[in-house]
Amino acid sequence: MSTESLRIVWIYPDLLSTYGDRGNALILARRARQRGMPVEVVEVRSDQQLPATADIYLVGGGEDGPQALGAQRLLADGGLHRAVAQGSVVFGVCAGYQLLGTSFFAKGVQCRGLELLDLRSDRGPSRAVGELAGDIDPRLGLPPLTGFENHGGRTHLGPEVSPLARVTAGIGNDGATEGAWRGKLLGTYSHGPALARNPALADLLLRWATGAHQLPPLDDTWSDRLRNERRSAVAAARA
Amino acid sequence: MPLRAKVASSVSRTAAALSRAAGRGDGSVIGGWIGLKIDPDLLAHLSAGRAIALVSGTNGKTTTTRLTSAAVGVLGRVATNSFGANMPSGHTSALAKAGSTPYAVLEVDEHYLAQVLEATEPHVVALLNLSRDQLDRAKEVAMMAQLWRAALVRHTDVRVVANADDPMVVWAATPPGDPARGINPPHVTWFSAGQRWHDDSWVCPECGSTIQRSGEQWWCTGCPLRRPEPQWVVEDEGVLDPTGAWHKVSLQLPGRVNLGNAATALAVAAEFGVRPVDAVSRLGIVTSVAGRYAQVDKDGRNIRLLLAKNPASWLEAFDMADEAPTLLSINARDPDGLDTSWLFDVDFAPLRGRQVLITGDRAYDLAVRLDINDVPFQHVRTFDDAIRSVPPGRLEVIANYTAFQDIRAELDRVN
Repeated sequence: MSTESLRIVWIYPDLLSTYGDRGNALILARRARQRGMPVEVVEVRSDQQLPATADIYLVGGGEDGPQALGAQRLLADGGLHRAVAQGSVVFGVCAGYQLLGTSFFAKGVQCRGLELLDLRSDRGPSRAVGELAGDIDPRLGLPPLTGFENHGGRTHLGPEVSPLARVTAGIGNDGATEGAWRGKLLGTYSHGPALARNPALADLLLRWATGAHQLPPLDDTWSDRLRNERRSAVAAARA
Repeated sequence: MPLRAKVASSVSRTAAALSRAAGRGDGSVIGGWIGLKIDPDLLAHLSAGRAIALVSGTNGKTTTTRLTSAAVGVLGRVATNSFGANMPSGHTSALAKAGSTPYAVLEVDEHYLAQVLEATEPHVVALLNLSRDQLDRAKEVAMMAQLWRAALVRHTDVRVVANADDPMVVWAATPPGDPARGINPPHVTWFSAGQRWHDDSWVCPECGSTIQRSGEQWWCTGCPLRRPEPQWVVEDEGVLDPTGAWHKVSLQLPGRVNLGNAATALAVAAEFGVRPVDAVSRLGIVTSVAGRYAQVDKDGRNIRLLLAKNPASWLEAFDMADEAPTLLSINARDPDGLDTSWLFDVDFAPLRGRQVLITGDRAYDLAVRLDINDVPFQHVRTFDDAIRSVPPGRLEVIANYTAFQDIRAELDRVN
């Protein structure tokens, strides 16, 4: 953790904020403050230099054009690579997840990714739109993932990353696995404010960022109700 | 009109009447749907010989269509799809029952604008705004702007009335002509209605550079795209027309956004030769639009209904609502979009200090959002519970599409 406060950088809200991506920054900041940590949220637009000394970097979802542009600018900037080398946490969602890999497709063209995660994305036979659920890698010690996905990509994981979850509903990477993680980098197709439905995942990112083994519990009544309701809805849709 | 079209038109009217009589609907879609099955060109046949205005955009279509109909009404009877049935079946129904009415003002779903331009060959098309809306089934904003632009290239004779404050609309409304082939770009009249929502237009649709804003001005940092000088402008409680004359606008509809809609209506009516001085008083007759802005007195509460379907329209709703107890209701059924992520694009902070109640299928999504936004709230199961939970006086209700319709049904389908 940087010295005075937890620094959260929201990368390129002008490009990568298609649906409520701001939520993840708000949720992390609030959960940190509720534990008494001072927090600074920095929004870095695509015409600005990325600071290399933050604790958590958030990369959100976006349309094809902005996704390709975002990847280009992040490659040219180099700040995210420096931050990762120094042990910062990166959380990528949807288009932001894809661009952490080696390559992805936007507007029918293969684009170079940031090569921070060993994965590549191409186009699937159909768009994946709907509820997404899965059992998270037991090593992360988290309750099941719940979210909403909306993407046309299929993502193929290489040997250096682990799937975030095994899919129980929806498509995720390919219908079998969903998302990926390595070290303190984590990506998911659960789009937009993914952490709203997954407060334990938010706390994992905070623990990675602060080095804390445990964080004081918070009142998650409403998130729990939302999680239960979504789980029932997914089960009902399958029955 | 060819015989087939006559038969189709007649069957269409009958089906609409049956639908209404059976209590199955307001008949604004089913009649047109049947008519189009009999004669796929029915909409084109019904449009022939009429002076038509189309109104499209993400937000404000229904209200602007209503205000425009009122303004054009200076000239005589106006056909319109006033129930918000804004796809070709709705247009067909509206025109089939309109008889020989010489004018029509039609609200058009933004996805169908190209198709309806083709079928109706309108005199004017009004382009209001483009912002994110139900991305799980709708087109992304940049793709939508591209579709509009491509459609206008094929209809360079149409008069365009467009929003100078929305970069995506400005770009869509100004396709390049092709002077070598004698194709000129369409004639555009610009209005300025203000725009609270900017989060879908930071990137230039023409060149991908950043769009800068300062006050009401905006410009692309990489190409010549910039805010055009508007001819119709909202100023104070009125509208400045292209001659510089100011007209006081006394609406029964709340909010600055409706002053903008009024400016648009006057600009469209002017394309039919209606002077704003003649039209402006007619705008005040519009009290509510298919339940939107309707006020109902029940159990000592004065309930006002506000529809808000996407982030841009929520921002406008907070501006319209009084400082009073407020019920928020959210569903995520098919017409709403299945995804509630957009709740995090809305800053609910303006509600702090008001008594906030929440309900609807997806009240828990809203609960999590409000919790993170530090807005205290109370969850209620039913609309009646909500009414009982607030003191006598004004209750503002802000709801998205099907949640709005549910509450409207509780209030005897108030219009």
